[in-house]
Amino acid sequence: MSELTRESPAQGAHPLPAGPYRPRTSVFWWVRRRSYLLFVLRELSCVFVAWFVVYLLLLVAAVHRGNDAYQGFLQWSGQPGMLVLNLVALAFVVLHAITWFNLAPKAMVVRLHGRRLPSRIVAAGHFTAWLVVSALVAWLVVG
Amino acid sequence: MPDTITLQVARYRPDADAAPTTQEYVVPLREEWAVLDGLNYIKDRLDGTLSFRWSCRMGICGSCGMTVNGNPVLTCGTFLTDYAPGPIRIEPLANFPVVRDLVVEIEDFLRKLPAVKPWLVREDEQGVDDVEFLQTPAQLAEYQQYSMCINCMLCYAACPVYALEPDFLGPAAIALAQRYNLDSRDQGAHQRLDLLATAQGVWACTYVGECTSACPKGVDPAGAIQRYKLTAATRTLRSVLMPWAAR
Repeated sequence: MSELTRESPAQGAHPLPAGPYRPRTSVFWWVRRRSYLLFVLRELSCVFVAWFVVYLLLLVAAVHRGNDAYQGFLQWSGQPGMLVLNLVALAFVVLHAITWFNLAPKAMVVRLHGRRLPSRIVAAGHFTAWLVVSALVAWLVVG
Repeated sequence: MPDTITLQVARYRPDADAAPTTQEYVVPLREEWAVLDGLNYIKDRLDGTLSFRWSCRMGICGSCGMTVNGNPVLTCGTFLTDYAPGPIRIEPLANFPVVRDLVVEIEDFLRKLPAVKPWLVREDEQGVDDVEFLQTPAQLAEYQQYSMCINCMLCYAACPVYALEPDFLGPAAIALAQRYNLDSRDQGAHQRLDLLATAQGVWACTYVGECTSACPKGVDPAGAIQRYKLTAATRTLRSVLMPWAAR
């Protein structure tokens, strides 16, 4: 791996203690492969999930404090910095949700009439439920 | 197609080197030659001091796993022509101490494997003559995929969790535990639970999924681990909600 050097063999004057070579894991191991990078991004997404929870609580607190506080919250949320942060957070939360639902058929074995349902069907069920709940929330907010 | 290809082989001689180095060899590029054939050509014709493990040449013994161009593969099933015109970088399996050249120390895996009791555990041990365990094709299908594991350890080389946390039980050991947990003849699932449902067991896994990508036998260790997480969580929840129920 990257730990290996490409120099000629080091012929030391002193005899080296014979023993196995233990390669060290680089701090930047996660940039070495695309799948590792995607994994670290997915892990990072939980920070943004937490941010949305905090954001929702701030919204609820503002609504509780009355109209002025609510208007203030909307103004604060409309600032360019907040919009960018929330757009980035949304992208990470979508990544989080998609990877989570794709994982579901790995963990769940669903049987129907004694036959194991294909992974695609289990994943599709989760995505459908997600869409239905999202549509319901959108209808509650907009409708 | 050129008639030769360069192999850049990692060398480590513990009595002479402080760290691995790279040595280049030019070997014939033949359509039917796997990377292992190239290494055997080096060993037989060019440099008899090169050390590597191999045995069956047909993807069953699990001995010839190495890192080829950065990926953990069985060298008997990886063909030189797929990397033409080369060069091909051949290194020992990642995440294991290197004993010599391409030979890695596998003691850690050999210690972990029996810990999950990868055999049929029976509470009513009876003689072979007294009992016959019948199994339907559907019951066989429950675990057959996991039984394909050949202990080649490519999944350990692919797993960054194992690299960072050497105490992690690892993909193959957990997949093999599941192979017996899901076997209708086995009664040892609760014995394996104490080891599997720990911080060094399934909960160390963060589902990178590279073990499944690396597996040459289609075992899907990542799937086995995620499935066991659900089992372990359900069992824990049940023991909290219904402490009087048997395990």
